[in-house]
Amino acid sequence: MQITLPRIGTVAAWRQQVRRLAAAGIDPAAVIWSVGETAPDLFAAAPPRPAAPTRLMLSREAVEGIEMALMHSDPERFSRAHALVLRLSRRELRWGDRSDPALRRLLDQQKAVGREIHKMHGFVRFREVTPPGANRRAFAAWFEPEHPILEAAAPFFARRFGDMDWLIATPTLTASCEDGEMRITETEARQPPPEDAAEELWRVYFAAIFNPARLMVRAMKSHMPQKYWKNLPEADLIPGLIRAAETRVRAMHDPGTALPATLPGPRLRRKAPAGRS
Amino acid sequence: MVQRTLPEKLSILADAAKYDASCASSGGERRGSRDGKGIGSTTGAGICHAWAPDGRCISLLKVLLTNFCIYDCAYCINRVSSRVERARFSVEEVVSLTLEFYRRNYIEGLFLSSGIIRSPDETMAEMVRVARTLREREHFRGYIHLKTIPDAAPELIAEAGTWADRLSINVELPTEAALTQLAPEKSVKTIHGAMAEVKARGEAARDRTARGTRAPRFAPAGQSTQMIVGADAATDGEILRRSSSLYNSFALRRVYYSAFSPIPDASRMLPLIQPPLVREHRLYQADWLMRNYGFDATEIAPPTGMLDLQIDPKLAWALAHRALFPVDVNRAAREMLLRIPGIGPRSVERIVTARRHRTLRYEDLLAIGCVLKHAEPFITLPGWSPRALPDDANLRARFAPAPEQLSLF
Repeated sequence: MQITLPRIGTVAAWRQQVRRLAAAGIDPAAVIWSVGETAPDLFAAAPPRPAAPTRLMLSREAVEGIEMALMHSDPERFSRAHALVLRLSRRELRWGDRSDPALRRLLDQQKAVGREIHKMHGFVRFREVTPPGANRRAFAAWFEPEHPILEAAAPFFARRFGDMDWLIATPTLTASCEDGEMRITETEARQPPPEDAAEELWRVYFAAIFNPARLMVRAMKSHMPQKYWKNLPEADLIPGLIRAAETRVRAMHDPGTALPATLPGPRLRRKAPAGRS
Repeated sequence: MVQRTLPEKLSILADAAKYDASCASSGGERRGSRDGKGIGSTTGAGICHAWAPDGRCISLLKVLLTNFCIYDCAYCINRVSSRVERARFSVEEVVSLTLEFYRRNYIEGLFLSSGIIRSPDETMAEMVRVARTLREREHFRGYIHLKTIPDAAPELIAEAGTWADRLSINVELPTEAALTQLAPEKSVKTIHGAMAEVKARGEAARDRTARGTRAPRFAPAGQSTQMIVGADAATDGEILRRSSSLYNSFALRRVYYSAFSPIPDASRMLPLIQPPLVREHRLYQADWLMRNYGFDATEIAPPTGMLDLQIDPKLAWALAHRALFPVDVNRAAREMLLRIPGIGPRSVERIVTARRHRTLRYEDLLAIGCVLKHAEPFITLPGWSPRALPDDANLRARFAPAPEQLSLF
């Protein structure tokens, strides 16, 4: 049988479905999961063979872990979690047992999702879009997460930016908060908001806080992988900063050099507005 | 003097602030602004918003209020005798930069430090004014770290703690002799006095009176400090013992180590060398062992006083104490598990939980996430015996990078 989960509230819908399937005693192997609209699967019509129903009993920790892992982009995540929920409930498996390959995979995906949410909290960059005459300031951002995590990541922004309106658009869903009320909707305009003059100041700061005498490009890239760079206004300064580092350090060793400590090598103004569509 | 633009000031005053290693926004209380009456939140965990090409996280707007300074500390880019360009922010400029950066999600908050102009009290008062304006007028609930000036009046330190999440006072150098020589205006006694003051106020703020009323809030994320490594002749042993005594005496959350880094227009008293980054890294590892693994400062530093640069201090300790190994992973106490190279606190937790249910095998450690390449010679359990490995005279060579022929020219 085929079950299509909605794009908004995917995890809650999956939970509801699994409860129903477990009560009906349906074998997880007989279920094909998908999200959004998908073409019907040719083999999906085979009638599932019902077995004995399973009463779902999970620790809170397990529920939270599974729900997080379900935000991974792996298409197999729904059926893997479905099977694991049944095995955990029947006490065939202990939550946290990493020697079980399926559970270990789920735990790894839970970790990957957690990391992606954390990165999103750090790397979203708002641009001011306050309409003239408005009494609340408004900001908007475009972000491309690797996993569909927006619903889990958005409440953080609501707690943080209480006195302003904001919107974060991703390729699939958009989170927005107006007058303190948060909503998740399907994304309409798939493009970044217009540029914001404050970004130039941020770029000045980014260039100035860098210490050329301690160049460690690998450490930077491991924490801030290049997949995030295209939506970070400071990232196009990085190659120039790296190139100029050695010359700047050599200048420090030369006692005769005067002190151009400010506004170093890299061009601080953008060459052209970043052309994204 | 010419009037500088805001970007010029920001560039000069951020450049001057980058020698402070800390950018932590963790610890302390959880706050939010869901009520709509303010801006900002803290989660207790800290978030990095970017990384600079020096591999360091950018979490806070780290700037100096001014880099004009009447002191002459040899290691500092802002000392009075340096020819570096000078600038000064107004209180409003720092407040507005913090808020505008914060609203765009560039930062977790502000780390404000300052050169000393006119007098320590006057400078400290202006820094406190920035923090007060952010909290009282702007209802800013993000993170604030204030670098405290040790000679400032106690009332100013008290007010700083009312607004800030964290206070820090840098001990600057590991030994008193070096401080006297390189930072003639600073004294260990004053620095320790200010730290004791911060500690006492922090403790008072956590107490409740008999009626249950709370004392006023004071720097809920505690205090930290920084030591410059490599500017004087102190050994790693001296540095670690100093850290250990600082942790014990003043309840510091963190001691930061900053490899002395060449600065423009450096003083002739100091070595213009590549910053000793590996040494700094080993000191952080050793510090971590003291705080999270139950190691004592005197155990970690070898008799020579210097940490092994090629292998990490935990491994070095295990190699020097081979009689204690191999450890039986299924039976050893938690404290001993923590001493096995390649096994950290999280793996120890997983081992202790798992072995309640069954006997662990070698393959289980792999699944748990232990670094077996490091652990193998030091453990025994079903599926693995190190045989003669713990006694192998060449065991160190298994971990150290291969020796390299030096260039002849």
